[in-house]
Amino acid sequence: MIPPRVREWIISVPAMAWLVVFFLIPTLVIFVIAFKPATPMGGLGEGWTLDTWRELGNPNYPDIMMRTLRLSFYCTAACILIGLPFSYYMARAAEKLQRWLLMLVIIPFWTNFLIRVFAWKAVLHPEGPLKHLLVSLGAVPPDTMLLYNEGAVLLVMVYTYLPFAIMPLYASIEKFDFSLMEAAQDLGAGRVVFFSRVFLPGIRRGIQTAVLMVLIPALGSYVIPDILGGPTSEMLGNKIAQRAFADRNLPHAAALSALLCAGVMLLLIGWGLLARHRQKRGLT
Amino acid sequence: MDGLTFEGITKQFGDLKALDNVSLSIRQGEIFSLLGPSGCGKTTLLRICAGFETPDSGRVLLNGEDITGLPANRRRVNTIFQNYALFPNMTLRANIAFGLQVAKVPKKEIADRVEAMLQLVQLEKHAHKRPNQISGGQKQRVAIARALVNRPQVLLLDEPLAALDLKLRQRMLVELGDIHDEVGTTFVYVTHDQGEAMGLSDRIAVLNHGVVEQVGTPPEIYEAPRSSFTAAFIGDTNFFNGRVCEIVDSEYCTVEIDGLEPRIRMFNDKNLRANVPVDLSIRPEKFSIHRQPPDSAQERNTLRGVVENVIYLGSHTKWWVRVSDEYLISVTSQHSRFLLDKDPIRWEEEVWISWHADDGYMLERYNESDESLVALPDTEVQTLEDEPE
Repeated sequence: MIPPRVREWIISVPAMAWLVVFFLIPTLVIFVIAFKPATPMGGLGEGWTLDTWRELGNPNYPDIMMRTLRLSFYCTAACILIGLPFSYYMARAAEKLQRWLLMLVIIPFWTNFLIRVFAWKAVLHPEGPLKHLLVSLGAVPPDTMLLYNEGAVLLVMVYTYLPFAIMPLYASIEKFDFSLMEAAQDLGAGRVVFFSRVFLPGIRRGIQTAVLMVLIPALGSYVIPDILGGPTSEMLGNKIAQRAFADRNLPHAAALSALLCAGVMLLLIGWGLLARHRQKRGLT
Repeated sequence: MDGLTFEGITKQFGDLKALDNVSLSIRQGEIFSLLGPSGCGKTTLLRICAGFETPDSGRVLLNGEDITGLPANRRRVNTIFQNYALFPNMTLRANIAFGLQVAKVPKKEIADRVEAMLQLVQLEKHAHKRPNQISGGQKQRVAIARALVNRPQVLLLDEPLAALDLKLRQRMLVELGDIHDEVGTTFVYVTHDQGEAMGLSDRIAVLNHGVVEQVGTPPEIYEAPRSSFTAAFIGDTNFFNGRVCEIVDSEYCTVEIDGLEPRIRMFNDKNLRANVPVDLSIRPEKFSIHRQPPDSAQERNTLRGVVENVIYLGSHTKWWVRVSDEYLISVTSQHSRFLLDKDPIRWEEEVWISWHADDGYMLERYNESDESLVALPDTEVQTLEDEPE
């Protein structure tokens, strides 16, 4: 008889092996390469160096990093703010309508991501339909640029990542026990108190998942700013691609990636500690 | 005008008339039960009182004030939900404090009142836990404390014991009674369990198909059911169809029962006239069962039959006695001195059953189409008979 603890381990071996081979090792490789010298031919030199990390002091980087953080946070906030009421409505709708709405959320995934981004380029184009509509309505002056700026990037980021926020939010709202709404009312609470003290804490897990599902890919955005952003709306992902493909400087690209990766990890660890602290104090 | 009054409440859900012109008056401080089978409208009435539903017509008055249109969060009424609906993200203490915090009671007072409530429901030691860390009975007590801490004018209880097992249910029933004695709030208790209603209530309203069948104290409801529905729903009973034959004197009459030989003597409390068709309801425990024909006394009725089934239930035994093709009568007898109850009456024995002329009720004609009613006395037998021997 195999003890249950050992059995659990055996069962998780395939998944662990997969993660180690395809996730952990590549990540470690990136961290290792960041400490290697680059050769002019795009290869890796002998020995170890911190030169690459010194180059990260490049005066262009703070701007790009701030922009990456800013756009990612805005995008996450917008996805939660739009996704929450939508998911609420979806979870409370009749079952048939729920299935339809779920379809609408999933349908964009049937089209290639790149094609959808190019479609946005057509929509936002200076001669495109949206521009004509807005100008004819007098909403914007004729020389307004809808494309190649941070606004366009943010808009399409929200468009792209919104389903990733809706899915976990919907899942947790659907499981939420709405008899708690009557309980809160019964105890004298109005809508605002119910929402802030019972509903939001009740779907906390869903919100956390939604934030991660949006924030992490948003921080690594590359295609959207590349196609829809101008030179003034570059994000970290563009710089990494540029260093790896154009400059063929792998250590530099690796160092930027490592920085992003470490940043996300620090964020998660900080969040986890905060949650544990709140839990202990019984605040939530 | 103290207390809670329902005036002509009607509520329709689609084709279903959940409540049909229901009027009830609940006194300040009493434990009042709404009793009936599922779908009788008792929960709808409770929800109307809590403010979760609006009646199509009629009014709800609390201490003389019309609260029909008042939103749920502004009524001085609190509810104990069937599934307790405790806030899972809060500790028990935070759950209990919730109502007071919403009402912006000063912090010091909240702490004192929550502490007093924890003491009342004996949960001081668990106050820091969350609802998923405690048992069903404890959740029940938190729900009571969370409601009562607000000092509601009426406490509504929606089948609060349904989720508990039998032993715990009986203990919580006693505790609920004790808590009521302590706080003196009006309790409105919704249940389909007649045992709970009888054990706890000062008065009971029996509901069926959205109509109040009868309002009365537990003994009134049990011993003097006004309708055959009430008689069948509350406890066990035997029905006989017949008609009044002869008025004997100012108190008694004789009744002829279809397909039964001797005429039966009955207490004529409703002053029925001769030839009126009636249903007789006679409870199983009102019968005595004998091996020999009992001494005939004028006020006792006797029927002869054969025991078709015996169910030993520990505290008492139930016999099913066939007195005619049509009538299979259930008779129960309490065991008080087991070893002296020698030679118990067994299967297929010939027996006589007798009862006092006062111990039965004549009711208006029983409606066969009322399935919820017909099912009740029969199902118990059915399931027991279906068991393999």
